[in-house]
Amino acid sequence: MLAYLLRRLLYTLPIMGGVALVCFALVHIAPGDPLVSILPPDASQELQDRLRTLYGFDRSLPEQFFSWVWRALQGDLGTSIASSRPVATEVMTAVVNTLRLAFVATLIGFAFGCLFGFVAGYFRGSVVDRLASLLSVLGVSVPHYWLGMVLVIVFAAQLNWLPATGAGPGGSGEWAWDWAHVQHMLLPAITMSVIPMGIVARTVRALVAEILAQEFVVGLRAKGLTQWGVFRHVVKNAAPTALAVMGLQLGYLLGGSILIETVFAWPGTGFLLNSAIFQRDLPLLQGTILVLALFFVLLNVVVDIVQTMLDPRIARG
Amino acid sequence: MKPPLLTVQGLVKHFPLKKDVFGRGGGTVRAVDGLHFHVFAGETLGVVGESGCGKSTTARLLMHLIAPTAGEVVFDGRAVGSRDLPLKDYHRQVQMVFQDSYASLNPRLTIEDSVAFGPRVHGVGAREAVERARGLLAKVGLEPARFAERYPHELSGGQRQRVNIARALALAPRVVILDEAVSALDKSVEAQVLNLLLDLKDEFGLTYVFISHDLNVVRYISDRVMVMYLGEVAEIGDAERLFEAPRHPYTAALLSSMPSMDPDRRTERAPLAGDPPNPIDPPAGCRFHPRCPRAEAVCAQRVPARPAGGDGVACLMFEAGSGHAAAPARAA
Amino acid sequence: MPMSAAAAAPAVPVPPPRSRGYWAGVGLRFVKDPVALGASAVLLVLLVLALFGPWLAPADPFKSSMLGRLQPIGSEGFPLGSDELGRDMLSRLMVGARLSLFMGITPVVLAFVIGTTIGLVAGYAGGLVNSAIMRTVDVFYAFPSVLLAIALSGALGAGIGNALLSLTIVFVPPIARVAESVTTQVRTRDYVEAARASGAGAFAIVRVHVLGNVLGPIFVYATGLIAVSMILASGLSFLGLGVKPPEPEWGLMLNTLRTAIYVQPWVAALPGAMIFVTSIAFNLLSDSLRNAMDVK
Repeated sequence: MLAYLLRRLLYTLPIMGGVALVCFALVHIAPGDPLVSILPPDASQELQDRLRTLYGFDRSLPEQFFSWVWRALQGDLGTSIASSRPVATEVMTAVVNTLRLAFVATLIGFAFGCLFGFVAGYFRGSVVDRLASLLSVLGVSVPHYWLGMVLVIVFAAQLNWLPATGAGPGGSGEWAWDWAHVQHMLLPAITMSVIPMGIVARTVRALVAEILAQEFVVGLRAKGLTQWGVFRHVVKNAAPTALAVMGLQLGYLLGGSILIETVFAWPGTGFLLNSAIFQRDLPLLQGTILVLALFFVLLNVVVDIVQTMLDPRIARG
Repeated sequence: MKPPLLTVQGLVKHFPLKKDVFGRGGGTVRAVDGLHFHVFAGETLGVVGESGCGKSTTARLLMHLIAPTAGEVVFDGRAVGSRDLPLKDYHRQVQMVFQDSYASLNPRLTIEDSVAFGPRVHGVGAREAVERARGLLAKVGLEPARFAERYPHELSGGQRQRVNIARALALAPRVVILDEAVSALDKSVEAQVLNLLLDLKDEFGLTYVFISHDLNVVRYISDRVMVMYLGEVAEIGDAERLFEAPRHPYTAALLSSMPSMDPDRRTERAPLAGDPPNPIDPPAGCRFHPRCPRAEAVCAQRVPARPAGGDGVACLMFEAGSGHAAAPARAA
Repeated sequence: MPMSAAAAAPAVPVPPPRSRGYWAGVGLRFVKDPVALGASAVLLVLLVLALFGPWLAPADPFKSSMLGRLQPIGSEGFPLGSDELGRDMLSRLMVGARLSLFMGITPVVLAFVIGTTIGLVAGYAGGLVNSAIMRTVDVFYAFPSVLLAIALSGALGAGIGNALLSLTIVFVPPIARVAESVTTQVRTRDYVEAARASGAGAFAIVRVHVLGNVLGPIFVYATGLIAVSMILASGLSFLGLGVKPPEPEWGLMLNTLRTAIYVQPWVAALPGAMIFVTSIAFNLLSDSLRNAMDVK
C-alpha cells in the first residue's frame, strides 16, 4: 500500500514539472513588454533597466524559468507588478476564499446531485426518472455565468433578498460564518453548484441503475432483503465512484471559478486571475495559474488514492 | 527423408508479468520454452495439448505476429525475418486462420473486401483482387453472387470461418496454420469445414499446421502429431502410431481422457492426476513429473533430452542410460 | 470412427435475408427518437440563422440609437428590446448566432482532426512512442479546461483567432485520450492481427481497418464537447478575451449588458438564454447519437 502511494506521488512529479513549464511558457508567449503596464510612457531607459533587472526580465528564458521554480519551491512566487505585494500572499488569500466558495458549492451540488441521481436510478424509466434526467441535462448545459446573472436579477435586483456582489460587509478581509457573510456566499455557491449537480446526478443515476440491475441484487431481494438493506448495498457500491466524481468536480470548480467570481465580484483566485490578465501582471499571472494547476493535480492524486483505498479492485498498475 | 519445409529451432517466448499496485506479482510466463520441430511439405501436422501449454503462442510465433524471445523459424532453408526472407515475403507463403470467426473479420468491410485486402497489399489491382476474392469464395462454398457483398454479422459461424479460409488462401500460400479453426463451430458444421479443408489441401497442394484441443478432430485430419506440455514438445511422430501406441505418459493420459464409442476400446489407462501446470513456475527436471504415474526420483533432477524435429519423445524412460528404471541401457 | 457419419458433402449454405449497414441502422434509430428530432430541429433553425442571419434580420444590428437605449421587450421597433447602445436586440441575436456557433463548433472540429491523429498514432504505435505522446498530452490534461482556455487567451490577447487557437488547444487532449484508448482496443482485435499477417504495413492497416472502427466513438465524444465549447467561447467573450466589439456575439453581448441588469434585466438576460438553448440542443443531440450508436 505504501509502495503504491509513493509510486503514485512519484508519478505526479514529472506532471507537475510539465505543468510548471506550461505555466511559464503560457505567460511568456504573451506579446509585448511585460513592464509596459507600470511604466509611465516617458520613463527613462535607466528606470526601465532597473525595473527589468529587479523583476529578472533581463535574463535568458531558461534562467528565468529555473530561478522561478527554485524560488517557488521555497514558497516565493515573486512580487506582483501591479500591487507590489508578494504574489504568494495574494494567491493564498484568494485561494482560501475560492476554496470556501467551491467547497460549499460542491457540497450543495453533491447533495442534490446524489438525491436526483438516486431517485432517477431507483425509479428508472418512470416520470420521476425523466424529470430528474431532464434537470441534470439542464444543469450540465447552462452557461453558469449567465445563470449567475439571472439569479442576481431575481434575488438581488428584483427581490432584494440577497446582496449581488462581494464577499462580505467591509470587503473580504474578515470572514466569519455568520449570516452577514454567508448571505454573500449563497448566490455564487448555488450558481457554482449547478454544473457539478448535473454531472453527479448523471453519474449516480447510471451507477444506481446498474447496481440494481445486477442479478445478485435481484436474488437478495427475493430472499427478503429489506428496502433499507438494498439501499445500503447500493450506497456501498456507488460510493467510491460518486466520491471520485465529487472530488474531480471540486477540482474543476477551483480552476474554473473565474467566470462566476467575475459576475459576483467574489475575491477569489478567479477574480485575481482576471485582474492579472488585464493588468498584464506577469508574476501574479504565473503564480496564480501555477497554484491552481498544482492544486488540481494534487486533488486528482488524492481522489485516485482514496478511490483505491475504498475499492481495491480498481487499483491501477 | 525430404528436408522439412518449416523448422522451428529452440523457440522461446517469455512474457513478463506486471506487478500490481501493491507490488505483488511479477515474474515471467514461460509460454514457449525451447520448442523444436519440423513441418514437412504436403503434410498436416496436428498440435495438441491442454490449455496453457503454449499452442496459441506457438501459432503466433510461427506467423511472426509476435517476436520470439529466443530461437528462430526457418522456412525453406531461410531464416524468417532475415534479409533472405523478409516478413512480407514470408507472409505470402504462410497464412493463418484464427479461432474466433467473428473477431477475425472487420465488421465494417464486406467479406469480398476482407478477402481482397491481402492481395491488394501485395500490389494486386483492385478489380483483379476482388475477382480473385470472389473466385475463392466460390471455392469455399459461398456463392459470390449472394455472399460477396455481405457483412460478417450477416453470416453464420461456419460461413464466417469459410470466409477466413478464403482469406488465408488469397495470397496463394504454401502453409496454412489453423489455430483452433473449427473449435467454435457446431459439430455438423465442423465436419463440413474439415472436409472443405481436406479438399482444399489436395487441390492447392497445401501444408497444414492444425492446432486443436479436440483429439478426435486431430486424429481425423493429421498425418503427424505433436503433443505439447508447458511450452515444450512432449512427443512428436506419425499420427496413427501415436494414437495407437503413445510413448510419453502425458500422451497416454490425454488419450485415455478421450471418450470412446467403441466398446472394444474401453478406457483402461489412468487419467491425469495432480495440479494443472503453471507456466510461471514450472517444475524442475522433467516438467511433467509431478503428475506422471511413471515418475521416479531422477525425473525431478534431470531434464529429458529434446526430441528430434521429425519424430521423438521427451521422456527419460526412452533415453538410454538416463537412470530411469524403464530406460534402455546405454549403448556400449 | 465418429467422424465418418458426419462427413457428408458440404451442404449449400443459404444466405440470410439482406440487412442494412451499420450507419443505416444508426440513422433509423436516431430518427425514431423524439428528443433527437426536437434537438435537431432547434439546431437547424440556428444553422439557418447562422447562414442567413444578416438577410433575415429585421434591422441593422450595428445601427445604434442614443434615444432608443435599453428599451424593454415589446417596444415599438424593438420586438425584443434594445441594448445599451440602442441597437435592436432581435437582429443582434439573430446575427450573433453566426459568430457564437462558429466559435463553438470550429475548435471542436479542429481538435477532432488533430486529436484523432495524435491518438491514432499513439494508440497504434504503442510502447515508448505511446508513452511519450500520452504523457505530454497528460500534462495539458492536468489543467482544468476553463483555466487553460483563459490562461491561453489571456496570454495571447483578445481576438477571434486567439480564442479559437486557445480553445482548440484545450480540446485536443481529451479527444486524443479517447482516440488513443479506442485505437488501443481495436489494435488488439483479431482482424487487425490477420491484416498484419497478410504482410500489410501500418499505414494500410490503419487506413482500411482501424480508422473506420475508431471514428464512430470519437465522433460521438466530440459532439458532446460542442456545448462546452460554445459556453467556453462565449465565456471568453464575456470576459473580454474573445470577440471584440461591436461584433454581435452572445457572450460579448452578455458582457456589455451586465450593468443593464438593474435597468432592463430581461433584455440583458436574452443572449444567455440563446446560449442555454443551443447548449441544451447540442447535449441532447449528442446523447441521442450515443444511444443510437450503442446497439451492436
